[in-house]
Amino acid sequence: MIQVKELSKSFAKLTVLDGISFDIEQGGIFAILGPNGSGKTTFLKILLGMVLPDSGTILYQNEDISRSHTYRKHIGYLPQIARFPDNLSVQEIIEMIGDIRGEKADSESLIELFGLEKFLDKKLGNLSGGTRQKVNIVLTFMFDTPVIVLDEPTAGLDPVSLIKLKDLISREKARGKIILITSHIMSLVEELADEVVFLLEGNICFKGTIGELKTKTKTTDLEHAIAAILEP
Amino acid sequence: MIKIFKYSFSDLMRSRWSFIYLAFYLVLGFVLLFLNNNLSKGIITLMNVIVVLTPMIGTIFGVMYFYNSREFTELLMAQPVKRSVIFMGQYLGVSISLSLSLVIGLGVPFLSYGLFRSSEIVNFVLLIISGSFLTFIFVGLAICIALYNSNKIKGFGYAILMWLFFAVIYDGLLLLSMMVFADYPLDNFALVASFLNPIDLSRILILLKLDISALLGYTGALFQRFFGTSTGLVVSIGLMVLWTVAPCGLLIRKSSINDF
Repeated sequence: MIQVKELSKSFAKLTVLDGISFDIEQGGIFAILGPNGSGKTTFLKILLGMVLPDSGTILYQNEDISRSHTYRKHIGYLPQIARFPDNLSVQEIIEMIGDIRGEKADSESLIELFGLEKFLDKKLGNLSGGTRQKVNIVLTFMFDTPVIVLDEPTAGLDPVSLIKLKDLISREKARGKIILITSHIMSLVEELADEVVFLLEGNICFKGTIGELKTKTKTTDLEHAIAAILEP
Repeated sequence: MIKIFKYSFSDLMRSRWSFIYLAFYLVLGFVLLFLNNNLSKGIITLMNVIVVLTPMIGTIFGVMYFYNSREFTELLMAQPVKRSVIFMGQYLGVSISLSLSLVIGLGVPFLSYGLFRSSEIVNFVLLIISGSFLTFIFVGLAICIALYNSNKIKGFGYAILMWLFFAVIYDGLLLLSMMVFADYPLDNFALVASFLNPIDLSRILILLKLDISALLGYTGALFQRFFGTSTGLVVSIGLMVLWTVAPCGLLIRKSSINDF
């Protein structure tokens, strides 16, 4: 469904992605890992059309994404930093995104799940970081999209909401969706991810299941496996 | 585009700064009219404030809005909409909400002083139109500068410098070059120079209509002599439209190739 072909991107003299290629054919949770500045966010931004690659292409359902913007109808995106217009209310931002996408959104069940009912009339500028992140999650999951991109989804969440988020992710996976996730919290990755794509200095240095990664590095947990890749 | 505009407009109209801006014009309008007790004099004084202030506020608001909403803009870009739609929507949101503050803020005091019963209404409308033009132009230019500079501090600095250039430095340079080249015929040069600064243009535009030759200055007088009052008005409005469209074009072009 998603094919990445020879994707390269540099910012000034810094090469962030250096010709990466991989395919995602079927649903599942794919964790994109790597140290800071390894190109994770850049890759996701290229997938979402925010950053334009220097060379290479991404095909979604066999169509080059650089030629259209309609493919984004199929992608739900949870940005790393949740910031919204300060003077709009939670209700308004949910309506706005629904309005822009022109799709039917199922926000009620998510609002209830994260206990946001009492915040619906509050201005977004007055919400705490964690509550804003919950709004962010509602905005991402309220559409029925076959692909979901989560950039550091756990930032600022309390443990109860974290459990709810994990359930939500697992539920969407069970429906056969492709979920791309970046996170520095290895326990989350270990718990959820089916496959790992490990980026290092703009190249893919490992792609496979967590089990394969552990076997390859002869370690017992993901954290040590990652450390083994980084410091051989 | 209308959807993006609708929400950014309703966000901005509820912001504290919009109210402060509106309140400032209300106070300014009432105080000027109270002191002058004359609509015509009030308009002349206001002109001097507006040609400098609206570009400054437009510049600051444009840059601030762009940088403040950068994360939200990214979220919008992940939705199935074109980039040009997002940026034009936001640009219109900022420009129109600022222009509305200007219209309401000055409209209320002038109306309460009996604007409709006086012949000054055309002059007043022209003042508001050129203030709105300046707002649109400088918001557009400011967003362009912000698009070219991902560094906030740099972008803010350049934007303020741009305002300062058009509001102050430009006239200084013009005057200086006229003194240096005083021995040459400078009419055409001065005329073209006045096209290249929207602040000068709007000043000429208002003064041509007010017909106060003492305030027109050299370029204004040239303008009047070259085009005559009515053609001069049309030409200067045409140039203002050009000045409004150009930053929009640049904005659409740059936003379509920019990385976020």
